[in-house]
Amino acid sequence: MTVEDLQELAEQEQQRQEKFTNRLMYCAAAGCVSCGSINVRDMLKKALAEKNLAATVEVVGTGCMGLCGEGPLVKVLPEGTLYQRVDETVARKIVEEHLVTKTPVKDNEIDTSHPFFAEQMKIVLENCGRIDAEKIEEYIAVEGYAALARVVTEMQPAEVVEEVRKSGLRGRGGAGYSTGLKWGIVRKVQSDTKYVVCNADEGDPGAFMDRSVLEGDPHRILEGMAIAGYAVGAQQGYIYVRAEYPLAIERLRLAIKQAERLGLLGNRIFDSQFNFRIDLRIGAGAFVCGEETALIRSIEGRRGRPRPRPPYPSEKGLWGMPTLLNNVETYANIAPIIRKGSTWFAAIGTPKSTGTKVFALAGKIRNTGLIEVPMGISLRKIVFDIGGGTPEGTEFKAAQTGGPSGGCIPAAHLDVPVDYESLSSVGSIMGSGGMIVMDSTSNMVDVAKYFMDFCKDESCGKCIPCRVGTVHIHGLLERIAQGKATTNDLPLLEELCMMVKETSLCGLGQSAPNPVLSTLRFFRNEYEELLQEPATFVPSGTDTPPTTH
Amino acid sequence: MAIVTLTIDGEQLSAQDNESLLEIARQHKIEIPTLCHLDGLSDVGACRLCLLEIEGSNKLAPACTTRPMEGMVVHTNTEKLKKYRRMIVALLASEGNHQCSVCMVNNHCELQNLAYDTGLLYVRVPYLYPNKVTDASHESFIIDRDRCVLCTRCVRVCHEVEGAHVWDIAGRGIDCTIVADLNVPWGSAESCTSCGKCVLVCPTGALVKKGESVAEMEKHTDFLKYIVTARRKGEWISIENEEE
Amino acid sequence: MKPKVATIWLGGCSGCHMSFLDLDERLIDLADKIDLVYSPIADVKEFPRDVDVTLVEGAIASFEHEELARLIRRNSRFVVSFGDCAVTGNVTAMRNSLDLDDVLHRSYVELADTTPRVPRDYPTIAELMKQARPLHEYITVDAFIHGCPPTADQIWSAVTELLAGKKPELTHVFLRYG
Repeated sequence: MTVEDLQELAEQEQQRQEKFTNRLMYCAAAGCVSCGSINVRDMLKKALAEKNLAATVEVVGTGCMGLCGEGPLVKVLPEGTLYQRVDETVARKIVEEHLVTKTPVKDNEIDTSHPFFAEQMKIVLENCGRIDAEKIEEYIAVEGYAALARVVTEMQPAEVVEEVRKSGLRGRGGAGYSTGLKWGIVRKVQSDTKYVVCNADEGDPGAFMDRSVLEGDPHRILEGMAIAGYAVGAQQGYIYVRAEYPLAIERLRLAIKQAERLGLLGNRIFDSQFNFRIDLRIGAGAFVCGEETALIRSIEGRRGRPRPRPPYPSEKGLWGMPTLLNNVETYANIAPIIRKGSTWFAAIGTPKSTGTKVFALAGKIRNTGLIEVPMGISLRKIVFDIGGGTPEGTEFKAAQTGGPSGGCIPAAHLDVPVDYESLSSVGSIMGSGGMIVMDSTSNMVDVAKYFMDFCKDESCGKCIPCRVGTVHIHGLLERIAQGKATTNDLPLLEELCMMVKETSLCGLGQSAPNPVLSTLRFFRNEYEELLQEPATFVPSGTDTPPTTH
Repeated sequence: MAIVTLTIDGEQLSAQDNESLLEIARQHKIEIPTLCHLDGLSDVGACRLCLLEIEGSNKLAPACTTRPMEGMVVHTNTEKLKKYRRMIVALLASEGNHQCSVCMVNNHCELQNLAYDTGLLYVRVPYLYPNKVTDASHESFIIDRDRCVLCTRCVRVCHEVEGAHVWDIAGRGIDCTIVADLNVPWGSAESCTSCGKCVLVCPTGALVKKGESVAEMEKHTDFLKYIVTARRKGEWISIENEEE
Repeated sequence: MKPKVATIWLGGCSGCHMSFLDLDERLIDLADKIDLVYSPIADVKEFPRDVDVTLVEGAIASFEHEELARLIRRNSRFVVSFGDCAVTGNVTAMRNSLDLDDVLHRSYVELADTTPRVPRDYPTIAELMKQARPLHEYITVDAFIHGCPPTADQIWSAVTELLAGKKPELTHVFLRYG
């Protein structure tokens, strides 16, 4: 494969697609598949055959189109008409009315000028809903692997690192460390063997950002990793993906095979000296394996338990070798940065938090689904414009970001810009992209209890504060919720939280108390209302005598 | 390897940069409580008792796995650290069934000593009263998992010194337990050489010798020093050795 | 007026009270200094009001204990957990990991020499809780005397300090478990 071959492939595919008068894009991501989009596909094909349109209209399975709560979704190209809640009857109508009689199916049409679409900005998800994730040619037709070609044939590794650094991209896994700096550190470590690892062990409850990218645009991750491999001097990459994502695993396997067949992975990529391979490693369902040192041990085939840092993986990672570890969404940003330049990327978002962020919008909100917004957008815009606000008759109370490591942002801070620093200034974190909206019917003690329940179950048990502390914090929350706790228990709860936060070994334990601390900060009254005064000494004559049992 | 100067609790010291802060402190008679650490075994940084405050860092660092840096200013015994250590011991006490009065290592127990050293008057969190499997199937030894503090010394001594790797951890979170081989009764664990090193290094009454009575058994860990003298100094804190 | 002192025996073996009696001749000094208003060694039926110091031996093992604990708290200025069972649950709590019915059956049926019967259906016998737990999990406790049992010297030291009005939560002259 040469750069010319790649261009030729792209043109061939573009021409192939142009032959069709229409392309019907049905959502083939896990959400829509689970509510019947495969039946919709079959009906579309059947109806097309009946109307003799099978040769001129293509039916394409594509990645997540965002409005997951209204699926299955079908998009008609080139018009761009988007249909929601498509069942077999509607599928037939799309063919018979939209395609044949040219009258859109009004009942199911979505207004794409709605802020849900208009306020979004797609970089990571640009191909989701646009290409067939299972065809490498479709990815190549939308400039896929062009960035890798450019990097390998025109740029020095140091230039690539510098380009990523200048883009201002920060780790999308949650911590927000500068991606360029991280790449620079791994590049500078002297070693014959280095590794590039993609953390696809997305485990926050309610989060499905990474899954959507892996299912909808797997080649983007492979390309990002290959570019990273070239930049840091690694020849081997691993994607650590959780077993609960079977569709993502299937598509990644296929994508790797396709890329290898075309020589986009393997030896002498684009006729250069650069060799790069990617293998999958499947996680076995432990949340803690999203922690980098635990993830590395898990890849090594050992028990997934974190270890103290330093040394950091960039110095001693997989099998003791320098290892670059980034999140799915981080790698997904790499190809566009190379293609369009760091200046373009750095201009998006805020000066310190550049680019976009994908959020999985869930909870008490009208439009649930996957969104991608420029950094710095206000929380209010996400909740009320994109999300459409809370359901009829309820009031917005708080937005939870960062999952079990994050916090709740109350209504008073609705105008906070969504960027790394601003979110932590209000006691939450950017996190990996879970966003759960709560309305006046939500009980904040229950919210804290839910996340603590999750953390205690997912604690690996290695260090004492996390192993035992989370159990006691959860127990205290349970007692508070049941009205059995006293005013003495609240200081104990706070002390335990601070202790677990400050003394735990890894990020899981260090951030586990955050949901409690942040709800205590903004909704302390909801805790206090549930507490009793402890019994004390009562001198005789000052009370009514006790009734004997 | 280089020599660095640092300050621990106001004392100016010089040390080799491949030693741990714990080794350096102990060389200078500065006491830092530990539980999972044992001279001669790799360090895992799990018990969090040896956490230190380092000026300029917003995170507490475990003495056993942290190496010195030039100009480092370390505090080993601040009010915050004392409080956290006491809470950690309280969490351990709440996690198991540590009835000292009927324990074979009563008065010779590291957990007991930690409770005294940290001034643990009572345990503020509710006791959890676990019911894990006590296994007396081995001809010479007993494992009482309800007295186990999961320090993994037994796992490490068996893997790193005896080379048998009988012990490992099963389960996660509060359900973690030490298991023999692939979770078989200890007596039928084929890899066990009955060397008894795990019993000697166990800080509590979780691993004991049969035939001893309450408060009779004393543990001795000195033997490790002689066995592992062949190892280079400083190697004990290297993470790569950790094989639990 | 002499300080009013009470001692009570809940879910324990009375070993702590035996140790109390080991004060030997010091008991005579103590008798001069205090007014023992309630104790297993004094024949008083009702737990009195306005007690200055109450030593509680034993864990909370039955519903009656829980009720007594609340009464003790209301009626006492200082409540002291007296011995390891009150402080940690100790031996009394060893049954906690087991099923209560199994424990009762083992004790009263399998090991019975005569008339094997679980003493459960007698209305005069307090019902056991599923678990025996330390005193401070039910009421606020002001001071702790450790040991199984605490030695006479420990008890003497703690009691004299308490009578001298020293802040009780800082009192741990003899911190020892077991």
